[in-house]
Amino acid sequence: MKKYDAIVIGAGHNGLCNAAYLAKAGLDVLVLERNPHIGGASVSRELYPGWTYTNCSYVCSLLRPEISRDLELARHGLQVVPYHGGVTFTQDGDHFGNYPDAERLYREMARHSRRDANAYERFEADVTKQTRLIRQFLLTTPPDPTSFKPRDLKGLLEMASAFTGMGEEGLLDTVRFWTMSIGDFLDEYFESDVIKAHLSGSGIIGTALGVYSPGTAYVLLHHYMGEVDGNVGAWGFARGGMGAVAEALASSFRAFGGEIVCDADVHRVIVERGRAAGVALADGTEHRAKLVVSNLDPKRTFLQCFDASDLPAPVVEQARNFKIRGSSGKLNIALDGLPTFKGLAPNSPLMLSDMHCTDSLERMERAYDDWKAGTWSKDPYVDTLIPTTVDPTMAPAGKHMMTVFVQYCPPALAEGPWTPQARDAFGQTVIDQIAEHSPNFKDLILDCEVRTPHELEDEVGLTEGNIFHGELTFDQLLFNRPFPGCAQYRGPLRGFYLCGSGTHPGGGVMAAPGANAAREILADLRRPDVTPPSYLND
Amino acid sequence: MTDATYDALIVGAGHNGLACAAYLASGGRKVLVLEAGERPGGLAATREFAEGFRVSAAAHLLNMLSPEVAKELALERHGLAYAARNLKTVVLPGNGRQLVIDGDRLEGASANDQAAFTEFQRRMRRYAKVLNRFCARPFPHLTERRGRDNRLLAKLAWDVRTLGKADMRELLRIGAINIHDVAEEQFENPLLKAALSMDAVLGSHMGPRSPNTVYAYLHRHLNDDGQGPALVKGGMGALGDAFAAAAEAAGATIRYGARIASIDLTDCRAAGVTLADGTNLAAALVVSNADLKSTFQLVGPLNLDAGFVRRVHNFRARGVTAKLHLALDGLPEFRGLNPADAGSRLLAATTMDGIEGAFNHAKYGECSPQPVMEVTIATVHDDSLAPPGKHVLSAVAQYAPYALKAGWRAGRETFMHSCLSQLEALAPGIGEQVIAAELLTPPDLEARFGLRGGHWHHGEIALDQALFTRPVPGANHYATPVPGLYLCGASAHPGGGLLGLAGRNAAKAILAGADAA
Repeated sequence: MKKYDAIVIGAGHNGLCNAAYLAKAGLDVLVLERNPHIGGASVSRELYPGWTYTNCSYVCSLLRPEISRDLELARHGLQVVPYHGGVTFTQDGDHFGNYPDAERLYREMARHSRRDANAYERFEADVTKQTRLIRQFLLTTPPDPTSFKPRDLKGLLEMASAFTGMGEEGLLDTVRFWTMSIGDFLDEYFESDVIKAHLSGSGIIGTALGVYSPGTAYVLLHHYMGEVDGNVGAWGFARGGMGAVAEALASSFRAFGGEIVCDADVHRVIVERGRAAGVALADGTEHRAKLVVSNLDPKRTFLQCFDASDLPAPVVEQARNFKIRGSSGKLNIALDGLPTFKGLAPNSPLMLSDMHCTDSLERMERAYDDWKAGTWSKDPYVDTLIPTTVDPTMAPAGKHMMTVFVQYCPPALAEGPWTPQARDAFGQTVIDQIAEHSPNFKDLILDCEVRTPHELEDEVGLTEGNIFHGELTFDQLLFNRPFPGCAQYRGPLRGFYLCGSGTHPGGGVMAAPGANAAREILADLRRPDVTPPSYLND
Repeated sequence: MTDATYDALIVGAGHNGLACAAYLASGGRKVLVLEAGERPGGLAATREFAEGFRVSAAAHLLNMLSPEVAKELALERHGLAYAARNLKTVVLPGNGRQLVIDGDRLEGASANDQAAFTEFQRRMRRYAKVLNRFCARPFPHLTERRGRDNRLLAKLAWDVRTLGKADMRELLRIGAINIHDVAEEQFENPLLKAALSMDAVLGSHMGPRSPNTVYAYLHRHLNDDGQGPALVKGGMGALGDAFAAAAEAAGATIRYGARIASIDLTDCRAAGVTLADGTNLAAALVVSNADLKSTFQLVGPLNLDAGFVRRVHNFRARGVTAKLHLALDGLPEFRGLNPADAGSRLLAATTMDGIEGAFNHAKYGECSPQPVMEVTIATVHDDSLAPPGKHVLSAVAQYAPYALKAGWRAGRETFMHSCLSQLEALAPGIGEQVIAAELLTPPDLEARFGLRGGHWHHGEIALDQALFTRPVPGANHYATPVPGLYLCGASAHPGGGLLGLAGRNAAKAILAGADAA
């Protein structure tokens, strides 16, 4: 029987990135994917004839440019088309437009509050400062603060010097930024409800926290630290949908000689003499390898793919306590034409951007209160985009595709598990909310796929439907991610590694966990490091 | 230089102001404490709210007072006495079985919970001990370090390291998160989880699910010796009296009825104060025990850098805690409560969701229709507080936001009613026993104690306003951007809770600065 150098469980973007680097270093690598298609949550699928649904992750920005260049993803077919700005509709029929043009944005902000317009520059500068600080840690392995190993001590010193390099007030501001809520942070700059609501979305997307929960200002960074073509903080559409990211990574991996097998549902990691020796599939097939890497989230990895007796007891406990809370849902809609929105001209640049309907922090926070009570938000926060306005390849000519990210939506309802009726009611709530601002929206709907955390877990394998493979709270960041002792990509037994979003630096289609895990694996194998260094001179 | 009679003027005779005065006076400084009111102690106050009925007007339990401060200032020699110590905590069950927390021992919980609780207490006490080392001295500078800062930082880092790998990892994991998740991980009994949550949210604009509540829990247990809280004989005002006596014994002078109209600057330095009656007092040092916002209001924004004014403005001090006082005709009978436990610390909060639900309203400027409460009936232990046979019930009630949307004129009755119906449900018939009732809302606390925002701790104790970030960058080492002006109140590190440490640390910083100069 063939023995691979490495098996990667799961062909999500991190699994593929990890595999590509291992293959690039000369290893013989097999990627096993449970679904008939690759990509995990980074997929494009034709679920309605003629329409491509990018039905999980939907926009691209965080993908580390170092990786994108190093693996030549552009040559492998990835094209990211930037989009700019955003709009939030208000209940009185007005809106706030986050125009890409600075002059126009100033005028638009001043229309709502001159004070806020003047504060925006300060806000941008302060957030950029935090973004610059965090970016240098993305492609590094977090040092273990409890360790006395030279490498950890060195890492800690480097980290400390990055922080102290900001100066006394800069450092204090950073600590404040990392620990405060996005609501309180925005309150320090702005007074207009709609402007605050518009900017607060990035602090809560994908997390089971409200805009007034401390720690959410940091989550903002997870939506600001990316870039498109060197434009820091910019977002873009992957041409052909997010599946293009996975396809490009897979193509790069195959070019290094890698092998991907789909419809291969890994049932269990084979452990022999205390080390991972391969995997057994649900159909009984076994694959052997010198090491096994899991792209699955930590809960799924340790609680489903192992016999508990193969793991140290504390790890099972840690995996059980790992917080991975579904908080978001998704609607993917095929439209017969371009909807019109109240107050927006059909050719408004705001039609090309993300659209929101929540116009105050109070409504944002109340949406979270519904989630706490175990129901989907009756007045949800939506992040709506029509990618076909920028990338017409995703629908037939003249038709459009709309992606609606919805928060909050619990993994199970207070009264029990999700039912098809409850799912449809949830979808209807979202549609009604958008229709309030778009008179012809309902008439244009040809097809609507509604996804609750239940569907995300079922199909994509995201436990509880959490899009980040685990909450981005302090107990699960940096040297704590996924949990203390397993935060350097090494699992609790020899020959086993983690490379998914459940590891540092976390979720978003970033590919950094995959590359970081590859670096650690190659170090353990005493092979030269082929992963790209993080670049700092932006 | 001035020809001032005093070296230092202290704004406010709260316990921290008095502690600072005592330490400065012991350090050879001539100190004058200026107090607007007629009594010392600030929030450590006893108040007669109905004829013959007296109660601790703000904090009613003493559980955090720094033992160093108590010992160094000889507070017991200066009159501090306890009516009861090591109080048990009882979670009132309503219809089920009560839960009693007596030190490390639980009554009414499973063996699993008892084992988990023992371990939890052990850990928390270790963490609190380490945290105490951070709190019992001025925090070192982090980037503009001198030799002393380096030594201190190394020592603090070492203190954390000595926790050992397992406990240190756990501290780094849970230190910044919420009490809800930690309690869910470790315990089964909902009453126990509620009790831990109450410790984490009392006095703050947070619910059990708010990250930072584990830190708030640790802060509350900073000087936890594993016993329970204590009741001060004669009400909390006696603590204020003891601090005042200690300050005077050390040589400080206290002047009452001296409301300060402004803190005066000469050549951009603090040079004295002007009283409301127009008197000018000069001194090289002005030390403010007032809260951050009030302090810089006295300085005047025109004398400050715009960025710093913004920071002061942004300091979060949104009071959500009200105080309910009831004069009772007899001892109320709580359902399910063993009558022998009536003098315990009683918690009226049965689930974490209930507390979180009560907090939800505060976020939107509403009062909780089902408030949660910490209740004491001090008269069980101290008959000096009420006429014979009568009792005084004191309840810390949450959540009652300072900025009530409906306005407190309308909201006062409603919230009082909500509190009383919660109590009525737990102790049927209590309503009949009420002779007099008083509700102190956050605006009342603001008016009475000069606290801007009515926040008990002068400002939220959350990680963005704690330790080396407290209260705001630029004023986080007791010195402020105004040379000669210092902070010594709960706004400063390590914050509120009748610790006495802010005053002691400020005095140390002032004396050390003078030595270095």
